[in-house]
Amino acid sequence: MKTVRDIAFARSGDKGNRATLSVIARNPADYPVLARALSAERVRAWYRDSVRGAVDRYPLPHLGAVHFVLHEALAGGVTRSLALDAHGKSLSSAILDLPLEEH
Amino acid sequence: MKAFRIGAGAGYSGDRIDPAEDLAERGALDVLVFECLAERTIALAQLRRSQNPRLGYDPLLEERMRTVLPACVRQGTRVVTNMGAAHPLAAGQAVLQVARELGLPRLRVAVVLGDDVLPWIQAHDVPLLDTQETVRSLDGRLISANAYLGADALLPALQSGADVVITGRVADPALFLAPLMQHFGWAADDWPRLGQGIVIGHLLECAAQVSGGYIADPGRMDIPNLAEVGFPLAEVRADGSAVITKLPGTGGCVNRLTCTAQLLYELEDPQRYLQPDVVANFSQVQLQEVGPDRVQVQGASGTARPDQLKVTLGYRDGFIGEGQISYAGSGARARGELALHILRHRLRRLGLGELEQRAELIGVNALHGPSLGADREPYEVRVRLAVRCPTRAQAERVGQEVEALYLNGPAGGGGVTQSVREVIAAASALIPRSAVTPACQVLEL
Repeated sequence: MKTVRDIAFARSGDKGNRATLSVIARNPADYPVLARALSAERVRAWYRDSVRGAVDRYPLPHLGAVHFVLHEALAGGVTRSLALDAHGKSLSSAILDLPLEEH
Repeated sequence: MKAFRIGAGAGYSGDRIDPAEDLAERGALDVLVFECLAERTIALAQLRRSQNPRLGYDPLLEERMRTVLPACVRQGTRVVTNMGAAHPLAAGQAVLQVARELGLPRLRVAVVLGDDVLPWIQAHDVPLLDTQETVRSLDGRLISANAYLGADALLPALQSGADVVITGRVADPALFLAPLMQHFGWAADDWPRLGQGIVIGHLLECAAQVSGGYIADPGRMDIPNLAEVGFPLAEVRADGSAVITKLPGTGGCVNRLTCTAQLLYELEDPQRYLQPDVVANFSQVQLQEVGPDRVQVQGASGTARPDQLKVTLGYRDGFIGEGQISYAGSGARARGELALHILRHRLRRLGLGELEQRAELIGVNALHGPSLGADREPYEVRVRLAVRCPTRAQAERVGQEVEALYLNGPAGGGGVTQSVREVIAAASALIPRSAVTPACQVLEL
């Protein structure tokens, strides 16, 4: 089963209580497959344990990237969170296991 | 016209120092920028200043300056940094002291003031962003309030001919935008060009994150000689286009992928990146590889700057008590889960059961919760209990209960650590520009 990691890499960052997530195709030719796999609904469902709010999706075909803002994702925000990874830096690794095709 | 060369000497307050020294020595730079202020850094610095009125600036300021100033002064490279933190004036004096110790013949330091808006905030109750509260809810707990100044606040400092410009809170990309505006004479309302200056600053402000840091994944994304990763620089043209690159012989790499990852890092709506100087639009940015470790960036634009400035407020927010203990081998996960069950029970007996807490297993569910990776069995797990407590004494009990698992918990627990930390949290608000009056003070050797 092919996953996002087979064609892309990811980086996340923090803004208040929101996490940003960029998923970037290593080869721009794979962008359509990546964009199809990464609907806002699938991303929201994948992060159901950590993301409490909405998911904004920004497709950027000329960069081969799909960018997301995950609302209420950081347990109150970096500066007061009880989480081990208060920045949500490791959230980027989770999306790489998402299967490219839905069952 | 020759390209303007601007480099990144630090991407956060604790960043590595050697790559900045290399840039200062070999980079033939016009400007070397050190971005060292995270969200709550100023609040922590303010606490140090309240203990000692000569402190309150970045603790690594002197070491960084000792390392780069000789080469910078010799070659005419100007230094721009927000290491002033909660006390830019004391930081300026500290830089002069370093220059004296180095025996430098002369040095001019310009200090940018005016970001501290604590008195204004205390006199005007304003709403806090992302909450239903106002500043009044932080009464008695507020430590600091600093507005994000823009490049306009740095221009007088640069125009003074300073060798070193020291600021407190400034929007990170503005540290890069200001020298570009000053050098090329870009107008303060040339929104598309300022947008392009912001994208250059944004690509450089996290230093190695654009030149091969934080991207390696062996087998999928291999980065050459990451241990010796070099810090980036931009060669900027008057039209605002730039090439992002790094010094020959350094580790890491600069390519389309490293630049894309950094372009989008911590960005929200790519069409509206709010900055004090401009609302930048990154949605049409083009990144093109034009040589080994050379990526051309163009296509950013911008619209008129916002009417309000963002302020970061630092405040005391109780204590976090934490304890950890490890279990290994067959049944490790079950013993870890038993330990968590016991800890929850004992917290309730202590009357701490209702406090906000995390009770989790590192190696199983601590980072992303219970559903991802639930089917994978770890060889070892680490129990982690963290509780938000109103008092330090309560927070100390949390770690003590974890330690007590040695004699009073499941078999084979080891490696206990415990900690208590006071939480200095950050909140944000918007204030009118009229509440902020930037100023510049020049100090000379």
